[in-house]
Amino acid sequence: MTTAGADLVPATRNALSLLLLSMADDEFVIGFSDSEWTGIAPLLEEDVAMSSLAQDELGHAQALYRLLADVVADGRDADAIAFDRPPEGYYHARLLDHPRGDWAHTIARRFLYDTADAVRLEALANSSFVPLREVVDKVRREERYHVMHVTTWFERLAGSGGEARGRLLDALEQMGPDAGTVLSPLPTELALEMAAIVAAPLAELEARWRASLAPTFARFDLPPLPPTRDPDRARTNHSDAFRWLHGEFTSVRQLDRGATW
Amino acid sequence: MVTPTAAATLDERQILAALGEVMDPEIPAVSVVDLGIVHRIETSPGAIRIEILPTFIGCPAIDAMRNAIQERLAGLARRVEVDVTFEVPWTSDRITPEGRRRLRGSGFGPPGPVGAVADIIPLLPATACPYCGSRRTVLENAFGPTVCRSIYYCTNCRQPFEQFKSV
Repeated sequence: MTTAGADLVPATRNALSLLLLSMADDEFVIGFSDSEWTGIAPLLEEDVAMSSLAQDELGHAQALYRLLADVVADGRDADAIAFDRPPEGYYHARLLDHPRGDWAHTIARRFLYDTADAVRLEALANSSFVPLREVVDKVRREERYHVMHVTTWFERLAGSGGEARGRLLDALEQMGPDAGTVLSPLPTELALEMAAIVAAPLAELEARWRASLAPTFARFDLPPLPPTRDPDRARTNHSDAFRWLHGEFTSVRQLDRGATW
Repeated sequence: MVTPTAAATLDERQILAALGEVMDPEIPAVSVVDLGIVHRIETSPGAIRIEILPTFIGCPAIDAMRNAIQERLAGLARRVEVDVTFEVPWTSDRITPEGRRRLRGSGFGPPGPVGAVADIIPLLPATACPYCGSRRTVLENAFGPTVCRSIYYCTNCRQPFEQFKSV
């Protein structure tokens, strides 16, 4: 369709593609994962909220996949990129490989993801790649509702004591070593920094994100998050839980390639 | 925002008038012009090109609105193209005063003013109950039946209502 990024040198274009793929896959996987709560959330209000959040995330993923399709320009459209890859071809953060789990797991995962994503989006707010900057500007306006929602729930569970807090602590213990994977370095990110597509190295963003969480963790006496386990494989080597989810979200596409709604 | 001006050619005014008849499929009282999603109108002999802004990125109504615009303008030019753009972000501040009046008339609270993007969202005060005008309203859910709406309850007239999110 268009030629977004056509003026970029190949190394920068490749690095940009990998960044867009990582962001789109993150939003796509958490969106599909959280849509599993539709109809079965613990409160009717949360049924509505979680479905709406999931719809937002899938919309963000679609916008990013469209941008990626323009940049890669290999004939695939957004749907082909989103649905026609085998599970090992997805490039989302390992944090999102964890299954939905119970409500406390879902809240913990969303909290860790949304707060990290907010730091990533902020670092793209003045990106030299204008089409991305425009999408990010719009995404941030919607994501602040997500951060408000999940922070309210996270603090409520953390401050409640009893079973609710116990379940949240379990979730944080299980996901802690993978929490930082959203901001783990990308193999080609130097090109992004040099082209001013991203404002800072991802390692710096990760440090910024960890510092931003520290006051909340201290206030609720939560154990600090451990460093990222195996950061070099933060976005590969996916879990069985993700393979199952992949089977679910590709099932309609498998039945009818041209399906629309 | 596209508004009719003295400088507008007759063509553009005709196009705007036609667009004023294309309604939001989710809130049929409000037109795409009232909603502020029309970003650009370009004309050349025999052709019209419109750019529209999505209200929310994941809004499924955008394709329906795009098709409805296409259909409505088909009689005005041989070629009509409608594109979706993010060139400027749609914000709820773009809803016109007429759009706000029509929202209230359909039982929706119009959105409050939008703060800076980086701001923490305040506790989402309702503008006023669209039925009785009371400000004694409480937020029931920041999320609603579509991605653009929140749910409130009016403690004065005891009526639940939806408010367009500030975004």
